[in-house]
Amino acid sequence: MITKRIIPCLDVKDGRVVKGVNFQGLSDVSSPVELGKYYSENGADELVFYDITASSDGRALFTDILKEVASTIFIPLTVGGGINSLDDFDRVLKCGADKVSVNSGAIKNPDLIYQAAKRYGDQCVVLSVDAKRVDGVYKVFAKGGRENTGMDALEWIKRGVDNGAGEIVINSIDTDGVKKGFDLEMLSAVCDIVSVPVIASGGAGGIEDFIKLFKTLPKVDAGLAASIFHFGEVKINDLKLQLKANGIPVRLK
Amino acid sequence: MIAIVDYGVGNLFSLKSSFKAIGVDAVTTSDPEIIEKAEKIILPGVGAFGDAAEKLFSSGLAKVVVDQVKKGKALLGICLGMQLLFDKSLEYGEHKGLGLIKGEIRPIQDVIPSDYKVPHIGWNALNFGKNKSPLFKYLNEGDHVYFVHSFYGAKCEDSVIATTEYGATLTAAVGKDNVYGCQFHPEKSGNVGLNILKAFCEME
Repeated sequence: MITKRIIPCLDVKDGRVVKGVNFQGLSDVSSPVELGKYYSENGADELVFYDITASSDGRALFTDILKEVASTIFIPLTVGGGINSLDDFDRVLKCGADKVSVNSGAIKNPDLIYQAAKRYGDQCVVLSVDAKRVDGVYKVFAKGGRENTGMDALEWIKRGVDNGAGEIVINSIDTDGVKKGFDLEMLSAVCDIVSVPVIASGGAGGIEDFIKLFKTLPKVDAGLAASIFHFGEVKINDLKLQLKANGIPVRLK
Repeated sequence: MIAIVDYGVGNLFSLKSSFKAIGVDAVTTSDPEIIEKAEKIILPGVGAFGDAAEKLFSSGLAKVVVDQVKKGKALLGICLGMQLLFDKSLEYGEHKGLGLIKGEIRPIQDVIPSDYKVPHIGWNALNFGKNKSPLFKYLNEGDHVYFVHSFYGAKCEDSVIATTEYGATLTAAVGKDNVYGCQFHPEKSGNVGLNILKAFCEME
């Protein structure tokens, strides 16, 4: 039986993991390689590295680090941030990424998903969407959730899948950072319209939220989170044991 | 030395790194001489069967690999590389494979329930049946590996050495004499995957 995936997300800036990391026993908690290894050894099913660097020097540093990560960690790696062209896909895939996540790049150039899927296969293209309710309708937000594009999120997702996106990451701005649980209503609406894997993001505050996510929405394939893992509030192995105890299929070490 | 056959399909960075991680010398190559000198051969691959088979045959590497296998050299096909070992594939038309494993590649939609997602993507458990292949000597029944595929090996009952459950029983790995294939990605399956590569490298 296919298992539900638990995915920590690491934001990397100038070669370092940012967004307060708080771990005992790691010599360098801001090293993407060390932290990635820690997660991989402790049950993460996949890792997402998000490049939030703005400068080109920082970008080169990111790909160096990605190479190092991919040389030492043998689980699927997804890379996002600053993916605007096929050259960007090429750049990160050559460094060992398995999947590439597009967000603003696809909003600026909707043809990017189609072109990338044609060249690298659907399984390689992840469409990441920041969505928020505006007057009762889900809208797509750009620039890290600061700008309302006016686009209907469900239509945008449907179009992305039709163009070849092989997975969807839904980050609900309404629940992100609130730590009161995933946006089940929004996720349910997305699951109803697509047949590709859906990854829930935004809002996880504890183990209960993951149990509720997978129990309420069996069609959701994975849960993604950052700070609750980084701060050690939730240990991935404990989370998986609890999921298993609740009848949810997971991969245990 | 292990030769990873590079015929222009897919990304070999992780595969090469995974051999380094288990302390085995591996080279990615399209040079027949190196493939002939290698102790064992890896046939990787992602993407569509038709394109990959075309590249493999037109480059002459198909013949090089098959000749080496007939001389007794061990071969491991990974993902699309496993599918290429079969007689043929029905992915977008009908395409000829290497004919090293009896059977054919068919869409998983043929056998899985309609509400199951395609591709079959994620971590799934391996079942070995009665006789565990030496390829899995370091593994336990039920260990998880990482899959990404929309087609599967069919009509290959004689060669199946592992299966996985996804609404139906799917071929997860095949083995016949010195020819092996994994539908999943050992190079993306953590320590379980590395242990499969290690077992392959240790085979006589």
